[in-house]
Amino acid sequence: MGTTSAHRQPLRTPAFTAFAAFTALAPLAALAFLAWAGAARADVLPDNRADIFYSRYSGGGMDITGESVLVREKFSDTFAVEANYFVDKVSGASVDVLSQASVIKDERIQKSVTLTYVHDKTTYTVSYTESRERDYISYTPHFALSQDMFGDLTTVTLGYSRTRDTVGENNGTADVPIIEWLGHAESISYDLGISQVITRNLIGGLTYEVITDDGYLANPYRLARYLDPLSGKGYSTESQVYPDTRTSTSVEGRAKYYLPYRAAASVSYRYFRDTWGVIGNTTELDYTQPIANVWILEGRLRFYSQGHARFYSDLFPYADSQNFYARDQDLAAQKNTTIGGKVTYAFLPDGWKVFKRGTATLDVSRIDFKYSDFRDIRDYGVPQYAPGEEPLYSFNAMIYQIYLSMFF
Amino acid sequence: MRKLRLLYLLCAIGVVSACGGIQPWVKPYERDHLADPIMTWDRDAISSAYMDHVQEAREGSRGGTGAAGGGCGCN
Repeated sequence: MGTTSAHRQPLRTPAFTAFAAFTALAPLAALAFLAWAGAARADVLPDNRADIFYSRYSGGGMDITGESVLVREKFSDTFAVEANYFVDKVSGASVDVLSQASVIKDERIQKSVTLTYVHDKTTYTVSYTESRERDYISYTPHFALSQDMFGDLTTVTLGYSRTRDTVGENNGTADVPIIEWLGHAESISYDLGISQVITRNLIGGLTYEVITDDGYLANPYRLARYLDPLSGKGYSTESQVYPDTRTSTSVEGRAKYYLPYRAAASVSYRYFRDTWGVIGNTTELDYTQPIANVWILEGRLRFYSQGHARFYSDLFPYADSQNFYARDQDLAAQKNTTIGGKVTYAFLPDGWKVFKRGTATLDVSRIDFKYSDFRDIRDYGVPQYAPGEEPLYSFNAMIYQIYLSMFF
Repeated sequence: MRKLRLLYLLCAIGVVSACGGIQPWVKPYERDHLADPIMTWDRDAISSAYMDHVQEAREGSRGGTGAAGGGCGCN
């Protein structure tokens, strides 16, 4: 890869102190919540469920199909097991990869198992997720504790997960891969969530999550570029150098309202910032309309904007110009808008054999991405654009999801 | 930093002190609307997890949505 780890310095910022305060107080808060176990009604586990899921993502030069199976079964009134198997098949490559490398084919297989145990008003969840690609392996154990309180008007959730990734790079071809393993990354996540019944028609929620990363955090398939008068294109490329650490904080507030004619409207807002200087804002609006207990129609709008990371630039002035440098489109300033619709059809209302009911769902979304400091540097032929004057990159993606859910 | 600690402390005190005093203002028999499946935050977990992955692989932001999982989405 050629990354120079000698440049890397651990970052210690106010977000880290927030993280330290959170970790110090979380156990106390957990004990306080656990001490508050009411006597009225115990939590109940949701119905047994099996889903078969198919998805397709198409946009930005990439075509990804996903197939998944999920089964959740209660073994008693207090204990349930959920298993999920997911396969992503990727073909194509995003624009910055296309400008530098050959087309990629890959497959990601993700398996997860979740155990849920309910005791009175407390729900304990333990899960383990493994995700494998040829050049990327990830393991995530996760623990969450959820507590109902105040006459079941309030639910508090505490979560903890720890992800260990092994990051590699395919230096061969799509069909004959040669994987060079570059390093490890570890990620730890702490989250605290509160869901609150506000009125008989309104429910609100707040989630706070801190994630810290340590290790190899760069994307090996993306390169930084710098001005180079000696090059025919006017620029050359070099390996990116990222910091070895990252800490992010996100806060999301949301509310859902039951409308007088049996429909629901929801709004959510998330604020994100990290020690790399990325600040993101996400707003989402959602409307759900059931029809005659057979159909459920849902419309969705999502607006996302982010500023670029401090060490991001589309074009650096010269090679090795600063300690950290990146030209990864995910770290560029961008806005994207999602518009989506979902139709759910309910069938077998009276059940059939072991099944109580079933639903079939079609979900279609379109996302328009616009970057304000990431340029499309694909080969335009003659005349060529001067470096830094290429058109800004934008693309749209279509996402299709079809799934069948059986409840038993 | 001190402000943040103070905020956490006030939240913790609020939660603990509230345990004894607050009565549920929405009674169980008034929660039929909230119990309607259209009012759940996440009706289809398999779909939400997928969309979270799609977004996280293309945006700098992450977290805050309650999702856990792995994978790169590098290409």
